[in-house]
Amino acid sequence: MTIPEGTAVDISGLRLDLALNLLNQAGWTMPADVSPQSAEWLQALLDGLCEVSSRDALTGLANRRQFEVAISREIDRVARSGEPALLLVLDIDHFKKINDTYGHAAGDLVIQSVARTLQDCVRPMDTVARVGGEEFAIILPNCAPAFGQTVAERVRKKVENQAVALVGGQALRVTVSAGGAFAPQWVRSSAALWTERADQQLYRAKREGRNRTCLEMPVLTSVSNEEKELLFGALGQSDAFPVAEMTSGSNGAVPKTAP
Amino acid sequence: MTATMTEPEVSPATPSVRLARTLAVTSGKGGVGKTFFSANVAAALSRQGLRVLVLDADLGLANLDVVLNLYPKITLHDVFTGKAQLDEAILPAPGGFSVLLAGSGLVEYSRLTPEVREQLLGIIATVAPKYDVLLLDTGAGISDVVLFALSLAHEVIVVATPEPTSMTDAYATVKVLASQQGREHLHMVVNQVARAGEGRIICQQLQQVIERFVLTPSGVAPKLNFLGDIPLDSSVREAVQRRTLLMELHPGSSAAQCVVQIATRLNSRR
Repeated sequence: MTIPEGTAVDISGLRLDLALNLLNQAGWTMPADVSPQSAEWLQALLDGLCEVSSRDALTGLANRRQFEVAISREIDRVARSGEPALLLVLDIDHFKKINDTYGHAAGDLVIQSVARTLQDCVRPMDTVARVGGEEFAIILPNCAPAFGQTVAERVRKKVENQAVALVGGQALRVTVSAGGAFAPQWVRSSAALWTERADQQLYRAKREGRNRTCLEMPVLTSVSNEEKELLFGALGQSDAFPVAEMTSGSNGAVPKTAP
Repeated sequence: MTATMTEPEVSPATPSVRLARTLAVTSGKGGVGKTFFSANVAAALSRQGLRVLVLDADLGLANLDVVLNLYPKITLHDVFTGKAQLDEAILPAPGGFSVLLAGSGLVEYSRLTPEVREQLLGIIATVAPKYDVLLLDTGAGISDVVLFALSLAHEVIVVATPEPTSMTDAYATVKVLASQQGREHLHMVVNQVARAGEGRIICQQLQQVIERFVLTPSGVAPKLNFLGDIPLDSSVREAVQRRTLLMELHPGSSAAQCVVQIATRLNSRR
């Protein structure tokens, strides 16, 4: 969207009190050094609204909307740069039980504490988002597959070791389960597909007993003997030809021949 | 037959940059007549009134030039190196379609560098609004360049022959495309069949194994859409040896008729 140059808006005619109230409530302070109702002041107001609408109110993390923006940007970047990126989805274990036992206020404290822990153990370039009630996601750009498990485990252990201080001095230990998937490096994935793959791993971590991390292994392109046997049933000559092994990652180096 | 434009079936890439229906032709194994198929189906589609561009996406080991007997001065190589403009490298092929040939000297692009990615993305974005169908003739194997080229296509056509090696590689290709790109539908063409009907049996066989062993990330077994088979008859051998299109040399041959049928099936989908 482009705004024609020289468009004049009479700020005094705009109803800005609701926006200002919202920002106030969110703890956003307007800069003191710009005169109210000036263009700079209006820009600061808009910046504040953008910031507030991309943050989760409870934790201050990126919210779901901001997460969608970040993941789309990352997919675009991976397809172009070929740098691997990891998506981790995390879920607080037995959160319902925490809520039921200690109350919703304690549940909120747990969510805030886990959010802080997650934010503390990632790099500045990573995006940590709260994508649902007790569900978080971390986008880690330029993360090599060899380090994926280490990174995920570091996050899990940090949460496990960080007790949550409840009102009244009680300390509560919580754990998370995490699932992870890498964006395919040379292909343009979709946000839905990538998230789905990470979610599958999260379900696996939950199934396998919680407080653990599961990462999708790189896809193998090999074809097993069982598969080969089934393939050649139609030909009835499974032993007549040697079967070539498919190797991924080769440069397609076949001799140039006229077809 | 009216020219039809279809919406992307599977769209892993940003759809806004592509307007032509983008089809990628791949095979896994080399030497199954993939480029022969690309060129002749392009000719058949053009005869059905579509504006078709065949892009030699087999960077490094391209042989579309050999099939068409075209050796232009300006190729994709010159576009990549900035020596020529893209439209200078697009030329008319004998079958009524346009081609963008890779040319020799592209061996350095057989590795998928960010530069190659950018170039291919840029080229497709530029040509997409000008054509109804964009046919990407990819290289043999499932290298990263091939997978990247395939990821840019709305639909993928897998070409195989009845040989076990070709079937295995076609199957491995389907497996990778399903698991990595989430492809739930793939077109299948069986080339060099000894008799009509052989292709359908092979396709069914592949489908059975796929249903047992292959899943997309969302848990779906991909479906093969059998487009048809092409017999290896004397007319095909002659066309290949003479480096002419079968559609030009023997349009009445049974093999050419099979290609026309495949083009019609492609054209009538969606």
